[in-house]
Amino acid sequence: MTKPFIAAQGVHSYYGPSHVLHGVDFRVNRGETVALMGRNGMGKSTLLKSLLGIVKPRDGEVRVGGTVMTGRPTSRIVRMGIAYVPEGRGIFPSLTVREHLLMVARRGAEGRRDWDYHRVLETFPRLAERLDNFGHHLSGGEQQMLSIGRALMTNPELLILDEATEGLAPLIRREIWRVIAAIKQTGIATVIVDKNAHVLLDLADRHVILVKGTVAYDGHADALKANPEILERTIGL
Amino acid sequence: MTSIPRPVAMLLIALVVLLALFPSCGGLVFPAKHAFLMQKLAGIMILAMMAMSLDLLVGVTGLVSLGHAAFFGLGGYALAILSPEYEAANIWIVLPAALAIVAAAALLVGFLSIRTSGIYFIMVTLAFGQMGYYLFNDSRAAGGSDGLSIMETPAIEIAGRTLLKLADSDSFYYLVLALFVGTYALLRMVLNSPFGQVVRAIGVNENRVRGLGFDPVRYKLAAFTLGCTLAGLAGFLAAAQYGFVNPTMLSWHHSGEALMMVILGGMGTLFGPAIGAFVFELARFGFESTTDHWQLLMGGLVVTIVLVLPRGLAGLLLDLARRGGKQP
Repeated sequence: MTKPFIAAQGVHSYYGPSHVLHGVDFRVNRGETVALMGRNGMGKSTLLKSLLGIVKPRDGEVRVGGTVMTGRPTSRIVRMGIAYVPEGRGIFPSLTVREHLLMVARRGAEGRRDWDYHRVLETFPRLAERLDNFGHHLSGGEQQMLSIGRALMTNPELLILDEATEGLAPLIRREIWRVIAAIKQTGIATVIVDKNAHVLLDLADRHVILVKGTVAYDGHADALKANPEILERTIGL
Repeated sequence: MTSIPRPVAMLLIALVVLLALFPSCGGLVFPAKHAFLMQKLAGIMILAMMAMSLDLLVGVTGLVSLGHAAFFGLGGYALAILSPEYEAANIWIVLPAALAIVAAAALLVGFLSIRTSGIYFIMVTLAFGQMGYYLFNDSRAAGGSDGLSIMETPAIEIAGRTLLKLADSDSFYYLVLALFVGTYALLRMVLNSPFGQVVRAIGVNENRVRGLGFDPVRYKLAAFTLGCTLAGLAGFLAAAQYGFVNPTMLSWHHSGEALMMVILGGMGTLFGPAIGAFVFELARFGFESTTDHWQLLMGGLVVTIVLVLPRGLAGLLLDLARRGGKQP
């Protein structure tokens, strides 16, 4: 069995007094595409934030590349090769497209430099046309492209996409999915949270479904396709 | 930070050219007051340097400091204390030493205060600022509330030849002008560097920056130290100009005035706070000469500008340039 790049074990997380994650086990292997599914309020974003140390788990363990990183500073965890595309995109209104990309440019593990400024602009030609525009002058789709492009500039091992297609026009959405599929081909592991379960069924290698802060399902796409009642039961599709 | 719109850049260059011409041509316009105005303008440029350095903290990084004057004053006191009693100090020694002292103090204060944020950061910097004030106010060695005099202002010498005497008002004026423009250029360069991009991003949203793999505390500490050291440089010049330092240089009133210059001028624009310093000081000068209750007028001016121009004078200029640019 391949060693996971990131692995959470028995994670319990809270928002103040409310207990959100009840002992979640979650792992992503190198190069693997994992769809994280579940209805609203089931703990998807909280799990991602717990992995990144944005929410400090009260119990349990998070390992990145084999090292225990539970509750370490987010900036350290991210530096180990994780790029996070947050819900809401996280664009800076007062920085230009070019500045967003160059600010985070760094080599990946073992000095890898698969993604640089030019490759990102080739992938997102729209951004190349808007290099000097400020973040708040971009459309939602462009912001999303910029957020993903910025993530790639860090040459990550793992890309986390939280609601990457939310609120976008169908055409733009298709464009984003095309890019995500292309990223998958390059061997970067991804965790995708998205409402479009049908796209994820074809795209992801494995599906993890959260219900009320626990893992209700963890298995391969084929198994899920063969048993559609699981989806119906857990996320009401 | 991308470039400033062209009309605004032209205006700024024109203002700097006017400042540069003042020593030679100002006498033709204001024959009776020329020497006084020279001194006034040099003083304002020094305050503008302080305002720009504060803008790095307040407008760019989002660190609202009410202790900025403490570093300004420390730079001045460093010159006064390091100067020998009866001869001019060697500027190649006292200036780096003064800046190093201010930087060390800023690093220490920053280290202890930057972990707090918002109102707590304001209170902690205010407290450190007042500590600095009372340190000099209550110590006999530093002259207490009377302050210290600098008998001989430093001269700039290379290999025994005097290039520039700071006591000479023309030389001093040009030196201040050069450092004023240099401070702007340095800060602009820093803000356009990768370091500056991270710092500007921190000012917008610290958590996002953390999520991108940067430790905001380190970047904030570096920006804080740089800003405070530049304030120290301004204080050093202020002390050299008047040959005199006293504790009010460090007081929180002075920090508050610098903050008002930043807000009047337009936070985060760098050139705005410099303009703010000129407007604030010239308005003060005008109001003071008309009434004893000048602070009432000053308060009215500040309130009006903040209400009418929420992004300050720089915001107004940028809007005008943008609107003008759209009409062919």
